[in-house]
Amino acid sequence: MIPAAFDYEVAESADHAISLLGEHGDDAKLLAGGHSLIPMMRYRLATPSVLVDVGRLDDLRYIRTGNGTVSIGALTRHSELEHSAALAEACPMLASVAALVGDPAVRHRGTLGGTIAHADPASDLPAAVLALGGTIVAQGPGGSREIAATDFFTGYFESVLADDEMITEVRVPAGSGGWNYQKFNRRAQDWAIVGVAVAGGGSGVSLVNMGSTPIRASGVEAALAGGASAAEAAAAAADGLDPPDDLNADAEYRSHLARVLTERALNAAGVA
Amino acid sequence: MTITEDAPGHVGSRRLRKEDPALLTGEAKFIDDLALPGAIWVGMVRSTEAHANIVGIDGSAALAIDGVNEVLSGEDLAPLWGEGALPCAWPVTPDMKNPAHLPVARGTAKYVGDAVAVVLADSRYAAADGAAAVVVDYEPLPAVVEIEDAVADGAPLVHADLDSNECYTWGLWGDNAPAIDAAFAEAAHVVSERYLQQRLIPAPMEPRGCAAVPSPAGGELTLYSATQIPHILKVMTAVVLGIPENKLRVVAPSVGGGFGCKLNVYAEEILCSALAMQRGAPVRWTEGRAEAAVSTIQGRGQVQHIELAADADGKVTAVRVKLLADMGAYLQLVTPGVPLLGGFLYHGCYDIPNYMFECTSVFTNRTPTDAYRGAGRPEATYAVERAMDSLAVSVGVSPEEIRARNFIGADAFPYTSAAGLIFDSGDYQTVLDKAVALADVDGRRSDQAQRRASGSSKRIGVGFSSYVEMCGLAPSRVLASLDYGAGGWEAATVRISPTCKVQVVTGSTPHGQGHETCWSMIVADQLGVDPDDVEVLHSDTAVSPTGLDTYGSRSLAVGGTAVYMATEKVIDKARAIAAHQLEASEDDLEFSGGVFRVRGTPEAEVPLAGIAFAAFTAHDLPDGMEPNLEAHVTYDPPNFTFPNGTHIAVVEVDTDTGDVDLIDYVAVDDCGVQINPLVVEGQVHGGILQGAAQALYEDAVYNSDGQLVSANLGDYLVPSAAEAPRFRLDSHVTPSPTNPMGVKGVGEAGTIAAAPAVINAVVDALRDLGVTDVDMPASPQTVWRAIADAQGGAS
Repeated sequence: MIPAAFDYEVAESADHAISLLGEHGDDAKLLAGGHSLIPMMRYRLATPSVLVDVGRLDDLRYIRTGNGTVSIGALTRHSELEHSAALAEACPMLASVAALVGDPAVRHRGTLGGTIAHADPASDLPAAVLALGGTIVAQGPGGSREIAATDFFTGYFESVLADDEMITEVRVPAGSGGWNYQKFNRRAQDWAIVGVAVAGGGSGVSLVNMGSTPIRASGVEAALAGGASAAEAAAAAADGLDPPDDLNADAEYRSHLARVLTERALNAAGVA
Repeated sequence: MTITEDAPGHVGSRRLRKEDPALLTGEAKFIDDLALPGAIWVGMVRSTEAHANIVGIDGSAALAIDGVNEVLSGEDLAPLWGEGALPCAWPVTPDMKNPAHLPVARGTAKYVGDAVAVVLADSRYAAADGAAAVVVDYEPLPAVVEIEDAVADGAPLVHADLDSNECYTWGLWGDNAPAIDAAFAEAAHVVSERYLQQRLIPAPMEPRGCAAVPSPAGGELTLYSATQIPHILKVMTAVVLGIPENKLRVVAPSVGGGFGCKLNVYAEEILCSALAMQRGAPVRWTEGRAEAAVSTIQGRGQVQHIELAADADGKVTAVRVKLLADMGAYLQLVTPGVPLLGGFLYHGCYDIPNYMFECTSVFTNRTPTDAYRGAGRPEATYAVERAMDSLAVSVGVSPEEIRARNFIGADAFPYTSAAGLIFDSGDYQTVLDKAVALADVDGRRSDQAQRRASGSSKRIGVGFSSYVEMCGLAPSRVLASLDYGAGGWEAATVRISPTCKVQVVTGSTPHGQGHETCWSMIVADQLGVDPDDVEVLHSDTAVSPTGLDTYGSRSLAVGGTAVYMATEKVIDKARAIAAHQLEASEDDLEFSGGVFRVRGTPEAEVPLAGIAFAAFTAHDLPDGMEPNLEAHVTYDPPNFTFPNGTHIAVVEVDTDTGDVDLIDYVAVDDCGVQINPLVVEGQVHGGILQGAAQALYEDAVYNSDGQLVSANLGDYLVPSAAEAPRFRLDSHVTPSPTNPMGVKGVGEAGTIAAAPAVINAVVDALRDLGVTDVDMPASPQTVWRAIADAQGGAS
């Protein structure tokens, strides 16, 4: 459980972090909360030669609302999402999902930008942002760009983020609409075996741990748009997906869970 | 107990543990906290193959790392121990196979985690980098992974020089076979079940570690180790390495739990000791969590066949058990004996006249197994308690009724079991009745019926587990009859200082149990002093040279009794001095609250403090008496103790997902007289959760290549407080007549009872859906599939 040797740099600003990333190339990794990266390093599944610590960039810790949008700084901790009165008002779904991530230690260190950049298909918050139709703001050497969450995730732990880019902000529309999040796991601290996020009264439905990325359940959304009932729409939850096999669930059971949890989430979100 | 009504005493009170401030503030020092400047750090290179010839070991990349000094193979290390092997202290049969188990393998690696080379480095980090950089060239061999595959025709051999994978077969039936056959032939009900005890990975908060510190001038060696057994480790290290025992000292610093996995003599302890003697420098190793999953022993690992024969009323007339037990690739300290510890208890707490137990143990290409909390008894309890529920269904009575019809009666003690044990005391029916009332079984059953009738997808299940265990290991002569390589006594010394403070030296080695608190309370009550005036010394063979350490719920029943008896001996000596000072007969003295008084002459009294000082100055002692108040006792228990209880688990099962929610848990335990109920409850809480963990969460999963798949704490699901049920405890006390305090032990009770209670509850919840069995761990997927199979195929 001893990680491979690495160098450690402290970023003083987002610009500084990006210039350090440029300097060290793809051997460098950004360190935010570290609660996914550090365990992977201790197992030597990740062996970055340089860590660029952005955890002290407090100017990227904020939750701002206005103009129908909630803008959240990338270094905002899960616990800050969980306990923010402003977020509970403007986007209760995100606050609620944040409270289900890991355990209190994880939530006090983990960051929204970090969990999205990590692109783990089993994580809760990326799927929530996806269902909410969120936007990722990434800054690179040439400036900032906005990426729709639907375009962001490309594979297991992979995204469109370039090696010299960092997420600076996450935006979601204010008002979650009829929403619900179903997280199914065996221990409270664990990743979801399957999770289902429903936002906007069923206009956004996404699945956790049902493929190589957080996935929009397009079959469900289309069925609902076509007038299907919650039960009918939920039956399509796993259609066309290739869910993973692991110790907790094989593909058949995962698909079953996706259907059950989708129906529960739609019902709880008020979708008839 | 010498507790009188005018001195209510500390025993029985919920006194906070005196150990905790140092543990909670970080003052306590664990093995990795030891500062040893100049120590050589060891990194273990472990086999990534389950079974393979070691063709080559290339250390060049490791040696190129700054701080890495040497890479040594098993052959390079041979001069340290020659053919000397790690010890197995329990040759259970004369023909048991015990292949030489070298600290570092030579030629062939036999399980994933088997040490194949060693890196010596300047720091722990360099040692880890070095171990990761050693390149081992393996020639894979066929691996035997699953227990039943090990005894299949044509199975590959774990040990090529043996003619099979069978380690031993041990049986317990005497000349009873015809009677057993007759009982089954005449039975109105026969239950025949097959259960799997999955392998478990012990996960104490602190993994293992050791540090060997030599004193080259005199040839001494001090071995620090995160161990439960410094005394046994000392003897074994002396034997294996030929170090004179008088030159060896073993110290267990603060130890962060063990659950049996630190009841062993491990390769790294022998390796560090041998290297330290050879190099004349401290040599140390600290285990990583990932390493621990494969390099520390695992628990359980059995295939169980149990049959019950019963008459028309459900009275059991015979029990017949055949086990296949997984030893792993090698035998560790007590590996072969673990199934035997359960082998006497497959009749549970029932009066069953005919008993047959047979265990065949096999080698597999997996990490060795050994004692894990309960050691054989959780397995036995699981089998009989599951089978009793099946019998109840067959007979058509409730689980509590089938138990009531078969319990050993409260008036039957001392009770000689068909397996040959003498049970000390108990009142099993009263215990069960208390549990039934506390759990509101009637209310739960009514809820269960309503939900079934309404077709609810949230089913309620109520599961029973009545258990009895043998604790207080152990009478030395009984151990001799089982071919165990040591006795079962425990030692204690009690000293009273000139200022009347008390020093207790115990041979029982705590690693989280609370010995210091409990021993202090016992002695304080006996002597009439404050518990804070009692210090308890332990865990260092230089301070406590005599002892047999901590395992098998033996500490209080054996070690605590030794402390009690040594204190009585000190009081006897003090009484003689008091009689001398008061010019009275010893027979006329009474001792309470720390004062000796002459009966009928209340003004004639002398406090213990006065006697302690007089014993120290020795100015005026009875003729021929040695100075000082000190006594040593070695106590060899005349019998085991037999804690017992009934646990009731209530679950809610979501039939749509298979999720099991443990919504209530009632435990009524009879652990005899309780010294500190707070400590008892802590043991029961942790024990229940550890047993429930086997039922619902934990599983050391190996794939067909012999790779441990659940090798980290993300995949190996140790439950946390969030998964703990609501614990509702009660107790019933039948003092054990075996020892003067009437104590029995409670360290393993929860673990022994919990797994069958939980699984019986899950099956109870689903029985109307056709489910009759669910394998452990009852994961959501397993439960969902069991329902689907019972309903005629997956949905």
